[in-house]
Amino acid sequence: MTTVTMTVNGKSVTANVDPRTLLAQFVREHLRLTGTHVGCDTSQCGACVVHVDGRAVKSCTTLAVSCDGAAVTTIEGLANGAELHPMQAAFREHHGLQCGFCTPGMIMAAVDIVNRKGHVLDEHTIREELEGNICRCTGYHNIVKAVEAGARAMAPGAAAIAAE
Amino acid sequence: MSNTGIGAPVRRKEDFRFITGQGRYTDDIERPGQTHAYFLRSPHAHATIKKLDVSAALATPGVVGVLTGDDLAKDGVGGLICGWMIHSKDGSPMKAGAHPALAQGKVRYVGDHVAVVIAETLAIAKDAAEKIAVDYETLAPVVDMNAATGKGAAVIHDVAPDNRVYDWHLGDKTATDAAFAKAKHVTKLDLVNNRLVPNPMETRAAIGEYDAGNDAFTLYTTSQNPHVARLVLSAFIGIAPEHKLRVIAPDVGGGFGSKIFIYAEETVCVWAAKKVGRPVKWTSDRTEAFLSDAHGRDHLTHAELALDDKGKMLAMRVHTKANLGAYLSTFSSCVPTYLYAPLLSGQYDIPAIYCEVEGIYTNTAPVDAYRGAGRPEATFVVERLVEVAAREIGQDPAAFRRKNFIRKFPHQTPVIMAYDVGDYAASLDKALDLIDYKGLGRRKRDSARKGKLRGLGFSAYIEACGIAPSAAVGSLGAGVGLWESAEVRGNPVGTVEVLTGSHSHGQGHETTFAQLVSDRLGISIDQVAIVHGDTDKVQFGMGTYGSRSGAVGMSAIAKALDKVIAKGKKVAAYALEASEGDIEFKDGRFSVAGTDKSLAFGEVALQAYIAHKFSGQELEPGLKEGAFYDPTNFTFPSGVHVCEVEIDPETGVTKIDRWVAVDDFGVVINPMIVEGQVHGGIAQGVGQALLEGAHYDASGQLVTASYMDYCMPRADDLPSFRVDHTTTPCPSNPLGIKGCGEAGAIAAPPAVINAITDALGHEDVAMPATPQAVWRAAQKAARLAAAE
Ligand code: FES
Ligand code: FES
Repeated sequence: MTTVTMTVNGKSVTANVDPRTLLAQFVREHLRLTGTHVGCDTSQCGACVVHVDGRAVKSCTTLAVSCDGAAVTTIEGLANGAELHPMQAAFREHHGLQCGFCTPGMIMAAVDIVNRKGHVLDEHTIREELEGNICRCTGYHNIVKAVEAGARAMAPGAAAIAAE
Repeated sequence: MSNTGIGAPVRRKEDFRFITGQGRYTDDIERPGQTHAYFLRSPHAHATIKKLDVSAALATPGVVGVLTGDDLAKDGVGGLICGWMIHSKDGSPMKAGAHPALAQGKVRYVGDHVAVVIAETLAIAKDAAEKIAVDYETLAPVVDMNAATGKGAAVIHDVAPDNRVYDWHLGDKTATDAAFAKAKHVTKLDLVNNRLVPNPMETRAAIGEYDAGNDAFTLYTTSQNPHVARLVLSAFIGIAPEHKLRVIAPDVGGGFGSKIFIYAEETVCVWAAKKVGRPVKWTSDRTEAFLSDAHGRDHLTHAELALDDKGKMLAMRVHTKANLGAYLSTFSSCVPTYLYAPLLSGQYDIPAIYCEVEGIYTNTAPVDAYRGAGRPEATFVVERLVEVAAREIGQDPAAFRRKNFIRKFPHQTPVIMAYDVGDYAASLDKALDLIDYKGLGRRKRDSARKGKLRGLGFSAYIEACGIAPSAAVGSLGAGVGLWESAEVRGNPVGTVEVLTGSHSHGQGHETTFAQLVSDRLGISIDQVAIVHGDTDKVQFGMGTYGSRSGAVGMSAIAKALDKVIAKGKKVAAYALEASEGDIEFKDGRFSVAGTDKSLAFGEVALQAYIAHKFSGQELEPGLKEGAFYDPTNFTFPSGVHVCEVEIDPETGVTKIDRWVAVDDFGVVINPMIVEGQVHGGIAQGVGQALLEGAHYDASGQLVTASYMDYCMPRADDLPSFRVDHTTTPCPSNPLGIKGCGEAGAIAAPPAVINAITDALGHEDVAMPATPQAVWRAAQKAARLAAAE
């Protein structure tokens, strides 16, 4: 067993874990943050995407111990209390989800895309950037729309526009 | 149209929990004292088990139980069943081999269940499973359908010595042959409908739990139809009687058919919970899902279409071999028969049709319903045949279709179905307009200048949904009725709960069903809760599949709402001191005709519960009504999809440049949700056409058992879709709904292949049309062009 300490959604957590524990297992089983999902065994589907020190990672292929000292954000930590993150709101507004299973990973990946590529994203860019996330329900059509709108809404000052 | 009533694109009520990570799927549930199950699976496609020694595994610290097929037999646990009886041409019943949840002496596909190890952790269970000693004697694997029924093939089930489950037919052979004899032109095609793996993103999972004090079981499971699961587990498999078995299907992450069925793992978890005295949890990993979820499609078909000298269709003749895998899954037998052949008339007036289907056992995973279930296979046959026929006789494929469309309704096809209503030409016209059919020639020339090949393909599909009138399906062999039930509970403060037997696993029922209630009762959707997925809460239900939740499930709710309103009128009559006949209900208010006396729905609900204004002899208190709705006919959604592709002959990459879908789903409750269903269906259909294919090698190993090898459609494989509709309301249900869940998956594959073959100028392209396959086909096209 190994001790690991990290900040998850703003709270410091310390746990004794089997060194082979994956970050996805750690957040789901140890912290009971079950919004992070596991959809495959081969790091292909993106259902498990979380942010580690501000960057999207697939938590199914990240060892929990490798995140010692890191700041981790899961889907549960994205909203500001009752106020949804703009990307979450965009997924709802544009019907970017059906069964909801891929959704946490999609939203976390989408926020990361915006962080890397900016607030104005064209369809081609969004589709290419979502390469690591599989959705079986939506055909991606509305996910693309949601990411585009969510990206714009994340821009500083965008809330004022949205409220008009 | 109110802003939350029928027809409004209401944002989904269920989304908040999903976008904030608070959905509750089966694997998210943790029961006190829970243990973890791991299934030891067969590495061989076909083998007898000479010896099975679990003692070392059982002795491993942390292991709480190891169970095998012998234990199932000792406990008298029955095998898994197939619930639809098919009779062969000669009248003999289908040959259903035994299907034990854990192997009893023989394994029949790679992934078949040999034993289960139950331990404190999954890691311990997995490690212990490696200590199980299995002595296999391998048998010749039967993988190829054509070889399976040939001389000398190994026998998979003794009851089916030629590996044929059935040899079935539908239609009038004599009339069909006669029509072919006088045909001017006959189009012939050999088609492969590729095998698919459904792949909902949430894998299957189960937690079995046993309450010794009450001798009662609970099963949490990823099911599209928890009541059917309970029925099968109690009445057939014999786990526990229904009143001692609760099945809960919480949030379910997609199903597409694959979560209809009652599988070995769920059965074992609930049975084993009593054996080990603790909750038993199993969650499939993705490779297990590939190996053991029921697959879809997998047909080999020869089809012929007879035309007269003007290009009018005279008859169709179809012979199909359908791979059913190693065992008959829950509804597998009806998929390539009654869900397939009755759709072969498509949108066309075809006087004679004859179809033969051989159901065949192979040493592969069971094959059952996958989104569309039989109807995509039928549509692929019809729409490929029609397209090729038009090309062969030199007619424009749109005009050829239009000429042969059914125009008078009701229309009795030669293959069971009585189409009630439709306007196929209206959908075609709109689709031609939206795709800019007139501009196709110019676009083809533009592509050619860039060295690319452009093609356009149609798919004018029909499906039979809203499955189905119980008496009708019963006469065709179904083991159950296919009605739906609903209960509407008005609460004293005027809020409403609807208990429904339909199950939502992405379809958005919590929103659309609430819209219906809002529309009928004039209350806000926020005052409505939709309850589903728990056999202890909902009395009964047949579940969600076959695009039936709107047409059948909501019709049951509508019926119950009518009863609630009727009861409300009685209550209002007492409360308003008027005669019942004078009470009107409109916009959420009960009023006395011709007066300004009225009460809101909530006020009447309160009166119903406090019961101060009437005596119990006159009227029962309360405001709760139930209804069962049994449809009177199938519903017949239809439409035209048009796909336009551009192919790079150098790389074989097919780019979908445009997609137009014009569907007629009858009345639409929530257009946003319906369009989402269409998008998702098209994506799965495009997946089948371009990317996906489950492939077994000659030894029966599934070589496409992960996302590394099985190509799922991703965002950059697909375009945005242009989705529109026409409307002919369905006459057979109170809401006019036809159903939308499967349309895209049904329509898409032939649209894609018709587009690719149009671009290439020859018909020799099979699904999946991967870049390699298309590159080869483009080479062939170039050779053909050079030879001309
Ligand atoms: S679960 Fe991490 S990529 Fe699929
Ligand atoms: S919403 Fe179901 S997998 Fe994406």
